[in-house]
Amino acid sequence: MVTRLKQQYGSGIREANTYLGQAYMVVEPSILNELLHVLRDQEEFDYCVDVTAVHYPQREKQFDVIWILYSFARNERVRVKTMTGDGESLPSSTPIWATANWLEREVYDMFGVKFDGHPDLKRILLPDGWKGHPLRKDYGIIQQDNEWVQINLGIESGQ
Amino acid sequence: MTDATKYLSHLELGEPDQTFLDSNELIINMGPQHPATHGVLRVILKLDGEKVLGTECVIGYLHRGVEKIAEHRTYTMFNPYVDRMDYVAAVSNGLGYCEAIEKLLNIEAPPRANYIRVILTELNRLASHMLWLGTHALDIGAMTPLFYTFRDREEILKIFEKYCGARLTTHAFRIGGCQYETYEGFERDVQNFLKFVPPKIDEYEELLTTNRIWLERTRGVGLISAKDCIALGVTGPVLRASGVKWDIRKAKPYASYSDFDFEIPTGQNGDTYDRYLVRMREMRQSLRIIEQAVGKIPEGPIMAKVPKVLKPPVGEIYHSIEAPKGELGYFVVSDGSTQPYRVRVRPPSFVNLQALDLMVRGQLVADVIAVIGTLDIVLGEVDR
Repeated sequence: MVTRLKQQYGSGIREANTYLGQAYMVVEPSILNELLHVLRDQEEFDYCVDVTAVHYPQREKQFDVIWILYSFARNERVRVKTMTGDGESLPSSTPIWATANWLEREVYDMFGVKFDGHPDLKRILLPDGWKGHPLRKDYGIIQQDNEWVQINLGIESGQ
Repeated sequence: MTDATKYLSHLELGEPDQTFLDSNELIINMGPQHPATHGVLRVILKLDGEKVLGTECVIGYLHRGVEKIAEHRTYTMFNPYVDRMDYVAAVSNGLGYCEAIEKLLNIEAPPRANYIRVILTELNRLASHMLWLGTHALDIGAMTPLFYTFRDREEILKIFEKYCGARLTTHAFRIGGCQYETYEGFERDVQNFLKFVPPKIDEYEELLTTNRIWLERTRGVGLISAKDCIALGVTGPVLRASGVKWDIRKAKPYASYSDFDFEIPTGQNGDTYDRYLVRMREMRQSLRIIEQAVGKIPEGPIMAKVPKVLKPPVGEIYHSIEAPKGELGYFVVSDGSTQPYRVRVRPPSFVNLQALDLMVRGQLVADVIAVIGTLDIVLGEVDR
């Protein structure tokens, strides 16, 4: 599968490898949407297990966004990873897998990564008016949106 | 009501019929403090009379930032935190986390530890299903099963308490194996439980399986097809009740599940009744697994050789297990230090809850209660 995809996309797939027996691909954001479509339609990865992100503040492209896919027919998992910078956005995978809706909302909520074409991109776990994205590395562990806490809860601190 | 309207802005709802009799479209807020939402779940319902036109879930009331906490604790210190996500199946949470870190460290738990893990995890699956049955039946209007299931779940919790001192948030496993050797009489207790519980499950089935009211309230309610389940990432008993024979214990065996003989119960219709049947049959399969395991727990150490300070090599791992609610996954990124760089929990309840909207559209308000119950969500896991 990997050699076939590599032929098709050339340098769009920057790395395709396995670590501890788990397959992963690092791809350019430009081919991401097409590749996810191909993985679902031609390679039978019909179940999107998870969409998540990792923050590397020292990098130019700060975020790794990861799709974990599973194929019932092959009984295989694959991770598709791409990199994106702060303020940039990625194509949404909600039209490909409906489950990505909430998962992408969570990534947006926690990291501030935007997804183009998402039907309803808003916060999911934190309240709507909250400022900041808590899973970024520069967000302190006891940090909170004091203004929001004072206005909405009527207390000085939430802790 | 004005507040609720803004959450519904995205829903593509058809225009209500324009006769004055049909113009009674209502927006109703259910929760977050509502006994039938199993915790602090808020569901905003758009209704036409009693018919549900659309829903929107508002979640996050129990958000504690578990994933953030993980980045500020060592691998070992984070272990008890995972118990607080799905607090009715704490053992499963711990198993998934420990196995993920073991994979990252490239160590394997010894066979004895794996057998103990399987026994406790399956007991926990029974406890989780019993709690589900009791509360689900109570929501629908049958009060008796709640008392029966809580009475019998107590026997499982007693075994946990004797094994590790805790009943709910057990922290039963450690990275590399188990901390505790089985106590004197552990096998006898489990074997007594195996004799005690099958008649009790018969009793629940006697109360419900052919009960006319139960059938009316569950058959054809909350339908979801296998195709929709897969598109929505729904796993666990909900997926199996729609006819997909898929269980991670078989598809990608972990611990020592490959040693045991058991079946994957499936349904055909994907309605609330099938999900009930699937879970009941799963309980019996769990008993079968425990029965096979308890007689032949291998001798040997219960801990692998694990360094005092855990420093997994730089890398990423995704490991998932079949928790009572579905696929529970951990995606862990290590930067080579003593603390994880990132821990992502793939919670089954969170993903399954997303299917609520599809399952209740066009049905009655009373069915929403039944569907929330049948999805078997735990808000501690949805919100983390």
